[in-house]
Amino acid sequence: MDITLPILILAIPFAMFLILGIGGVKMPRKLAGSIGILANGALLACCYTVAFTYFFSGDPLFIIDGVRQQYQVFDVTWLAFTDRLVVNIGFLLDPICAMMLVVISTISFMVHLYSWGYMEHEPGFQRYYAFLALFTFSMLGLVVATNIFQMYIFWELVGVSSFLLIGFFYKLPSAVSASKKAFIVTRFADLFMLIGILVLSYYVAQTPADGPLGGASAFNFLMLNSHPTNVLASTLGATFMGGSVLTWAMILIFVGGMGKSAMLPLHIWLPDAMEGPTPVSALIHAATMVVAGVYLVARFFPMYCIVPDSLTFITVVGAITAFYAAVVACAQIDIKRVLAFSTISQIAFMMVSLGCAYDQPIEGVHYSGLGYMAGMFHLFTHAMFKALLFLGAGALIHAVHSNDYTKMGGLRKYMPITHWTFLIGCLAIAGIPPFSGFFSKDEMLTAMYNRDIIWGVWMTIVAGLTAFYMFRIYYLIFWWEENPEYKHDGHKPHDAPWQMSLPLIILAAVSCVAGFIPFGEFVTFNGEPYHIHLEGWVAGTSITVAVLAIALATVMYAKKNPLPSKMRQAMPGLWMAAHKRFYWDEIYMFVTHKIIFGGICRAIAWFDRHIIDGTMDALAAVTNFCSVKIKSFQSGNVQAYVAWYLLGALLLGAITWICLL
Amino acid sequence: MDYSQFGAMLPELIILGLFVIVLCADVFTKDGSAKRFLTPMTTVLFLLATVAIWLIPSSGEEVFGGMYVDSQACKAMKAILNVGAFIVLLQAAEWVESDDMKFRRGEFYELLLATLFGMYLMISARHFLLFIIGLECASLPLAAMVAFNKKHYESHEAAIKYILTAVFSSAILLMGLSFVYAFSGGSLYFNDIAASIAGTEINGLLIAAVAFVIAGIGFKLSLVPFHLWTADVYQGAPTAITAYLSVISKGAAAFAFFVIFAQVFGSLYSEVWEWMMYAVIIATITVGNLFAMRQKNMKRFMAFSSVSQAGYIMLGVMTEQALGLGSMMFYIFVYIVSNLAAFAVISSIENKTGKVSMDDYDGLHKSNPRLSFVMTLAMFSLAGIPPFAGFFSKILIFTSVTASDSMALYMLVLVALINTIISLYYYLLVVKAIWINPGEAKVERFESNRCDRVALVLCTLGIVFFGLVPYIYEYCLDAARLLN
Repeated sequence: MDITLPILILAIPFAMFLILGIGGVKMPRKLAGSIGILANGALLACCYTVAFTYFFSGDPLFIIDGVRQQYQVFDVTWLAFTDRLVVNIGFLLDPICAMMLVVISTISFMVHLYSWGYMEHEPGFQRYYAFLALFTFSMLGLVVATNIFQMYIFWELVGVSSFLLIGFFYKLPSAVSASKKAFIVTRFADLFMLIGILVLSYYVAQTPADGPLGGASAFNFLMLNSHPTNVLASTLGATFMGGSVLTWAMILIFVGGMGKSAMLPLHIWLPDAMEGPTPVSALIHAATMVVAGVYLVARFFPMYCIVPDSLTFITVVGAITAFYAAVVACAQIDIKRVLAFSTISQIAFMMVSLGCAYDQPIEGVHYSGLGYMAGMFHLFTHAMFKALLFLGAGALIHAVHSNDYTKMGGLRKYMPITHWTFLIGCLAIAGIPPFSGFFSKDEMLTAMYNRDIIWGVWMTIVAGLTAFYMFRIYYLIFWWEENPEYKHDGHKPHDAPWQMSLPLIILAAVSCVAGFIPFGEFVTFNGEPYHIHLEGWVAGTSITVAVLAIALATVMYAKKNPLPSKMRQAMPGLWMAAHKRFYWDEIYMFVTHKIIFGGICRAIAWFDRHIIDGTMDALAAVTNFCSVKIKSFQSGNVQAYVAWYLLGALLLGAITWICLL
Repeated sequence: MDYSQFGAMLPELIILGLFVIVLCADVFTKDGSAKRFLTPMTTVLFLLATVAIWLIPSSGEEVFGGMYVDSQACKAMKAILNVGAFIVLLQAAEWVESDDMKFRRGEFYELLLATLFGMYLMISARHFLLFIIGLECASLPLAAMVAFNKKHYESHEAAIKYILTAVFSSAILLMGLSFVYAFSGGSLYFNDIAASIAGTEINGLLIAAVAFVIAGIGFKLSLVPFHLWTADVYQGAPTAITAYLSVISKGAAAFAFFVIFAQVFGSLYSEVWEWMMYAVIIATITVGNLFAMRQKNMKRFMAFSSVSQAGYIMLGVMTEQALGLGSMMFYIFVYIVSNLAAFAVISSIENKTGKVSMDDYDGLHKSNPRLSFVMTLAMFSLAGIPPFAGFFSKILIFTSVTASDSMALYMLVLVALINTIISLYYYLLVVKAIWINPGEAKVERFESNRCDRVALVLCTLGIVFFGLVPYIYEYCLDAARLLN
């Protein structure tokens, strides 16, 4: 395959970042914005071409006998520290990567376009586009990584660009603290990932040069995915802190994914990240970056299959998170927070699905591919409808200048486009056919039922909760009771300008039809096509649950009535706990401030101030002292110089001679 | 005689040809024309020569009975030095163009080319006679160059100090070589000497010979305790010459040092000179640092900084041949761009305002933000702060030393590391003066001329990319594998 397009895919956003970042200040807004959007359009074309070539060209590089292959477009050595520690940079093309190229470039383009309207009057418009480009670059670099190191580098870059964008309104204290929180929490999780990588690298031996893998670096995904057992052979049997090395390494790496994907208990940053501009929330904190953890698990999937314990861990974490986030979402007032918790819940759904895709025959039947395929399918559909919901929320916020649903209500008459697209998004996430979410969620539930009935039932409940809270927020925004302020205020809320409406319409259209994509033909665990067929009873159950949940939401919220407040008063403790997100933030504050800062840090600070600084001060004092003492050598007297010279040469010889005698 | 053998000496011939062209142009034009054309002509021709030397493949053959070798490693080293010399020429352009230099422009270029020719011979020589010729050819014109500012007392003083010490060091070196001559039974070929040394037992004479050779070449490298001339000469010499002395002359000597100690005294490594160099390296790095801390004059400051850097360069001789040489060449290359970046800033400030004290750099960023930026990068690179090239060159030379897995060498690296921390202090002093120290800028705003700008851009690119782009290091390592 020609390497021009893959290189362009990385070069365009990076160049945009440099151009807009350095030259943006001097550009007029319109110019900076149009450059950003046009370049992103070109990027979109490149990504689509590459992905479509990969999926449809039938080139034997990409598909052999109907089995999709992983293909390294290029892979160059970047830093060769030692023979074993080699960092490569390259471009790996395989089904999940090609799918992610489509997702990232599509959402990124929509957000670029949308921001043109949304951010029009914000100061720092050019800087905003530069950061968007940086984020797009990092995310693309992450998904095309050929090896663990490249993935890690871009993983961190993604964190940085997320930090920059959350804190975009740097004059708002809440935005600043949210960006710090996001960065510190995800960075803390990445620490575990780094430890996992180091553990792995310590125990994995270089494959022998004459062996079947030809001395390949053990960190190359091509090798890890095609011959996981061969590459990891040297770690089998090795133990680390009382467990198998591989289990430890894989779980530690997953912790990094938990941070980025906001799994419990590392989810606390994501709701706060909503302080960023809303299009950013749509791009980063709903559609692309937060699924990095899911992508990570999918990328390492063959390795996770070797240690089933780690997959069980992923399933449990995912299931708890999904339920927790869904409950919390039912009791939020800020519409972006509702969407944030909904995102956490949906990502956890994907995690559970991957965790259930364990590649072992269960009672003689191979279900392996299904959970993986379904998780990826849901990643794809979720990216589209969640971006749609966020952008819709942005349009609402744009219209009423508040995130709070109590300031909304009855908006369907004023904002028809937003209303209909938002409704499509809600139907999709609730899992109502024929919208896209139904198909992917149904596949995931089938995989979970196949794995174990408990997971199936549990996640069906979560799906019901999803439908309930989405329609709760939908009714509260668009129905309920019209906010009287609309009538008093001079200008009524109205639909957003076309730059904002167009992405909504496109994404809504995609959400209507994406479910009919025969996803199993494209993205599967081992590259072989998987034929999707709906399990009638699973589909029936999930539709029934969703419809019941929507009906309940309709009864409670379609018209203004005292029922919700009565329920709230009936169980104030539960409502308060859910509203306060079950006090996770308070727990963190207690642990960090009282225990860590107060207890541990004080001792460390003392040690630092007295022992470390003391040593350094002593070193400085000695250095200074010596420096003063030897000043006289540099007398400026050339005779003395020559004398020292001769003395030095003689001493050098004499001492060596004496030592050798 | 087979004249085709001269074909192997193409880099030398190119420099010699350039020398002749400049000389003729200088001699046969009238003084009235003020010889304005000399600077652009020489600069362009020199650039062409640099490109040519990069591109010429090396034949890898030995000529003149093995006195001269044309290997990939030698060629790479010459190419690296040529890049450095080109940057020096760019930096010197403004000074050369000044009225003061009206009738002496040609001389500057002729002397510089002559020294470069000498250094090339030093690098390629595999016979001590040729080596000595190269060494002297590189030393003597430098003394004249140091004295170039005729009207400055310091310039004369520096030149006298330089020439006296140079003569003395040559004497010591020749004395050491005469001992060696005695051993080899009348041969000065590197191979013959190595063979005869390998066969004899170690005795006092041999040890003295090694010590004297270290001292002799240590003069050019400013190794402690043979460095005392450095500060005075660097301070007195015209800044362009100081830059030239601190990087090009040092780089050539380091390479020659490596060749001699690997090829002639290689068999004596573990018994004799490992410990000598151990002591010398520690002394060099530490003493250079200790003196650099107290300097207020930027040129003296750079002198001691370069003494300390020479110690790091010499770490390359303490390890396995190809790895050590490759890391050393990379270190020298990075050192050339970093140090020249600093000198470019110093010299342009000196040329425009005459200020060379560190105190004058207070608040420089207010008046000259671009120069401040380059200076900061140069200081970061010299101190070894990632992600600049200096970090990578330091880490690579450290890893090459630890590759041999000996406790003593680990300790050596540890000492070098501690010294890196100390060096951070004084390099950051400059950065602090530029960005943090309060007060109005003492250097007024000025525009650098075109040549200075090109030099600054080249150095900055080098500082930023040499570490991040792996090909430079790989090029050095590949070249180092083909020393003979």
